Amino acid sequence: MSQKFHPDNYKKAAKAYQPKPNLLFNCSKAFIIGGLISVLGQGLIDFYTNVFDFTEKEAGNPAITTLILLSAILTGLGVYDKLGQFAGAGSAVPVTGFANSITSAALEHKSEGLVLGVATNMFKLAGSVIVFGVVSAYVVGMIRYLIQQWM
Amino acid sequence: MDYVWAFLVGGGICVVGQLLFDLTKLTPAHVMSIFVVTGAVLDGFDLYDKLVQFAGAGALVPITSFGHSLLHGAMVQAEEHGFLGIAIGIFQMTSAGIASAILFGFLIAVFFKPKG
Repeated sequence: MSQKFHPDNYKKAAKAYQPKPNLLFNCSKAFIIGGLISVLGQGLIDFYTNVFDFTEKEAGNPAITTLILLSAILTGLGVYDKLGQFAGAGSAVPVTGFANSITSAALEHKSEGLVLGVATNMFKLAGSVIVFGVVSAYVVGMIRYLIQQWM
Repeated sequence: MDYVWAFLVGGGICVVGQLLFDLTKLTPAHVMSIFVVTGAVLDGFDLYDKLVQFAGAGALVPITSFGHSLLHGAMVQAEEHGFLGIAIGIFQMTSAGIASAILFGFLIAVFFKPKG
């Protein structure tokens, strides 16, 4: 066995032969898709403020709900996962990616039944987002409240 | 102009995510968790609000806004009820998003067949 592929430095040696991710191309795809999803969100906010008389602050909720509905339907049709392969973080980072992770986990385990399959596995991927979101918001909220009282 | 800033900021946040995917060994779940925590911490310094005012949906659509909304709801109730208010209000602003994601996810899982 040559020194190069010794188990100790195998990972390093093999790395030279792995395909390098095309950073610039991947980032441009993520930028364009992520930007377009945000523009769609902005369009929905404008739609809800103009047509349904929501204030600009309140319009965020129905707009995000609409995006989640669209994403769930596209996931059910198998379209969103194809988009995800193309766009990478561009489709994972927006809130539509959150809805996609819930819907696809639920769909994937459908064969195990509604309770043990769909409902139990729904938050398999999205759970971490909620857990870390709540824990960090709680800690930051406590600190902020303490500082406010103290000042 | 709203749309241009929404595009640039929303796209920019996604590029940060893509860089984390490609340059580190973090899984998507790790990256999403980092983003949510970042959103909450930035909102703790009132920075995320400024980004929302500036970029609109460009800041509201990425998952970082989830952390920001959690903290916002918590602080609104904390003003009224003190420490207990943090727990009372934490899901106030994100309720619509989480409830609809659960509902639509469930309905799609019931009525669609898994692909691939």
